[in-house]
Amino acid sequence: MPTTPLIAYANVGKTFDGGRVVAVDEVSLEVAEGEFLAIVGGSGSGKTTLLRLANRLIEADTGSITVEGEDVRNIDPILLRRRIGYVFQSGGLFPHLTVADNVGITPKLLGTPPAEISARVDELLDLVRLERAQYRDRLPHELSGGQRQRVGVARALAAKPRIVLMDEPFGALDPLTRDALGDDFRELHRTLGLTTVMITHDMTEAILLADRIAVMRGGRLLAQGTPAELSESGDAYVSELLRTPRRQAERISALLPQDGAA
Amino acid sequence: MSLLTDPRWAEALDHLPDYLGNHVRVSVTALALGLLVSLPLAILSRHRPVLRAGLLGLASIVQTVPGLALLALFYPLLLALAALSLSWFGFGFSAFGFLPAVLALALYSMLPVLRNTITGLQGVEPAILEAAQGVGMTPRQSLFTVELPLALPVMMAGIRTAAVWVIGTATLSTPIGQTSLGNYIFAGLQTQNWVFVLFGCLAAAVLALLVDQLLALIESGLRHRSRFRAGLGGAGIAALVAATLLPTVMRSQTNYVVGAKTFAEQYVLSALMTQRLKAASLPATTREGLGSNVIFEALAANDIDVYVDYSGTLWANQFQRTDMRPRQELLAELKTMLAKQNITLLGELGFENAYALVMPRKRAEQLGIRTIADLAARAASMSIAGDYEFFSRPEWAALRKAYGLSFRGQRQMQPDFMYAAVASGEVDVIAGYTSDGLIAKYDLVTLGDIRHAIPPYDAIMLLAPKRANDEELRKALAPLLGKIDIATMREANLRAAGNDSASSPDAVAQWLWEKVGRK
Repeated sequence: MPTTPLIAYANVGKTFDGGRVVAVDEVSLEVAEGEFLAIVGGSGSGKTTLLRLANRLIEADTGSITVEGEDVRNIDPILLRRRIGYVFQSGGLFPHLTVADNVGITPKLLGTPPAEISARVDELLDLVRLERAQYRDRLPHELSGGQRQRVGVARALAAKPRIVLMDEPFGALDPLTRDALGDDFRELHRTLGLTTVMITHDMTEAILLADRIAVMRGGRLLAQGTPAELSESGDAYVSELLRTPRRQAERISALLPQDGAA
Repeated sequence: MSLLTDPRWAEALDHLPDYLGNHVRVSVTALALGLLVSLPLAILSRHRPVLRAGLLGLASIVQTVPGLALLALFYPLLLALAALSLSWFGFGFSAFGFLPAVLALALYSMLPVLRNTITGLQGVEPAILEAAQGVGMTPRQSLFTVELPLALPVMMAGIRTAAVWVIGTATLSTPIGQTSLGNYIFAGLQTQNWVFVLFGCLAAAVLALLVDQLLALIESGLRHRSRFRAGLGGAGIAALVAATLLPTVMRSQTNYVVGAKTFAEQYVLSALMTQRLKAASLPATTREGLGSNVIFEALAANDIDVYVDYSGTLWANQFQRTDMRPRQELLAELKTMLAKQNITLLGELGFENAYALVMPRKRAEQLGIRTIADLAARAASMSIAGDYEFFSRPEWAALRKAYGLSFRGQRQMQPDFMYAAVASGEVDVIAGYTSDGLIAKYDLVTLGDIRHAIPPYDAIMLLAPKRANDEELRKALAPLLGKIDIATMREANLRAAGNDSASSPDAVAQWLWEKVGRK
C-alpha cells in the first residue's frame, strides 16, 4: 500500500448543542491514495459528520485533519471544497439549473473558460454514461433518480479532484440501478485513480464496492480493515453487521442455480 | 345625453398626460426606492431571526396605517426636516408633493417585498444550500446563483403585489400636492363629476394591470432564462416611464401654479384665476385637491403661487388665535401677520364662506328658531352633523361656550351629503358653509350668530413670497377682487354641484366671469 495517506484524521472530536451531543469521539483514521473506503454505521453513528469534517462543511472541535498532507485548518474552506468532489444524498442538484450547468458549476466557480467547461461537461456525461445530446439541457426534475445521481457524480468529478466524498450516494435508488451505478463508479474510481470515501448504512454495498471498511457507532470508530480483516474482529456489533450479508449470500446461492443466467 | 357622448370624457382625456405622467413617475420612483431598501434588508435578515421579526413587525404596522394618513403624516415630518436642513446645512427642500408621496408609498411597498423575499429565501431546501456549499460556493455565490433564483417566483409575487398597491395608493397623494390620477377622483367627488371619478379609477386600474403584466413578463423571462422576455418586460416599463417624462420635459418651468383645496368652491375659484392668468398671457396650471394645512405651507414655500383662503381659517388654524375681532380689524391684523412670512394678502373677493348652523326653513319656522340662541334651548333633543374637521375646530368650542350648546348626538359627514341629510331629516342641524349653493336648493336657513362666536370668513386671495412684486400677476387678478358677492358665489357653487358638463369647474368659472367681469 502507498506510503503517505491522502486523508488523515488524528484524534478528531466534534460535539453539537454545546457539548450535549457527541457526534464524533476521538476518531483516528487514514485513507491511502487510490483507496476506496466505506464508512458503515447506523443513523446517528457520526459517519456523515466525519465525512463533512474532511472538506470543512463542519469544523472539528479537537484533533486534526490533513488532506494531501496539509492541515485543513490552513486551507481556505472554499478552495478546499472546490478541489474535493462531493456526491450528495439523492443528488443535491440545483433544481433551476440544467444538467450541463449543474455539472459545470465547480469549473465555473474556478473561472474556467466557458468553451472548456462545455467540452468538459460532454466528457463527463460520456463518463457517467448519459447521452450528451439528450441530457445536457434537461432540468433535474426531468430525470429519473438514477440519472440524477449520475449527474451528481459527474458534477463531483468536474474539477478533476483527486478525492471524492460520497454521502449515501446510492441509498435512494432501486436495486438494479443501484447495482449498475455502483459498478460504474467503482470503474471510474479505478480508471481515474481517485481516492474515495463513501458513507453507507448497507454493509453489503460496502463489501461489494470498497477496499476497506470503517465501522462507526455512537461517534466512535469500532473497527477498520478489509472485509476479511473485519470478519476476524471480536466486536459484537461488527459481527452482527457482517452476519446479514453473509446470510443473504448463503440464501441466495441456495436458492439460485450456481451456473444460472445471473 | 348618453354616458358615452358626455363631453367630460374629452375633458378628462385632456388631463391624462399630466395626471398619468405624474402618477407613473411617483409610483415607479416609490417602488424602486422600496425595492432598493427592502431587498437588501430581507437578504441581510435571512440568518438573523431577531432583525427579521423586527422588520416584518415594523412593515406590518406601517401597513395598518391608512394610506391617506400615512401620506399626510409625511408632509409635516418633511417640513420639519426641511427646516432643520435649512438651518444646519444652509439648504432646504420642498416638503410638498413628490417627496412625501414617494417616501410614504415606498414605505407602503415594503411589507409584501420583505415578507415574500424572506419567505422565498427560507423556502430553499437545506439540502440545496448544503450542495451549494459543498461544490465550493462562497456565501455570496450561493445567494446569487442558487438562493435568489430559487426564491424568485415568490419574490416576484411580492413585488407585483407591491406594484399594484403603490399604484392604487398613489391616487391618495393628491391632497399632499402630488398630482396623480387621484386628481380625477378627488375633483370628481367634490364636484359630483362621476365621469371624472370613473375615469380616474379606470385609468389607475389599467395602469396597475399593465405594470403587473410587465412584471410577470420579466419574471417569466428570468425563470425560463429568456433574455427576450425579460428584456421586453424591462423595455415596457422603461417606455412607460419615458413616455410620461416627455410632457414634463417639454413644459416650461415659468408656469404660475394656482392652488385649490378639496371642495367645489375652491375648484371653481382656481379655475377662474387660471382663466384670468391665461387671458393675460401668463402660463398657468392648477394644483387641485390640496389639504387645508398643506396648501398654506405650500404657498409659503413657493410651491404654489396663488390661492384663495378664508380669513377665519387662517386666524384660527394657521395663527392659533382664539380671540375674536371685528371683521375689518381681523383682516388688517391678518395682513400684517402674513406679511411677516412674506405672503401677500392681495384682497377680498367679496363674499364670506363661514361655518354656520343650518336647518330646514320650515322646521325652523315651526319651532320658532331664528338664532343659535333659540336653537340652544332645544338642542338637547337634536342631532348635529359637520364635516370631518368641524368638531375639532376652535369655532365649535367657541359656539358651545357662547351658547351653552349641547346636542343629543353628533356625526361627521362628507360635506356634499350633509345638506341632503338635514333636508331629509336624518339629522336636525348641520354645520354648513354660508356660500354653499345647496342652502338655497334645499330651502335651508342659516341661524343668526348673535353673540359673534364664529369669526368672519372672508374669501381672500394670497400670493406666494416670490410673487410679492409680480405686477403682471396682480393686474391679471385684480378684476376679481371685491366683485363676487355671496349670492353670486352660492349660485356658482350650486351650478358646480350639478351633475352634467355645464357643472365642470371650468364652465362654472366662465359663467362666473361673465357675471362679475362686466361689473
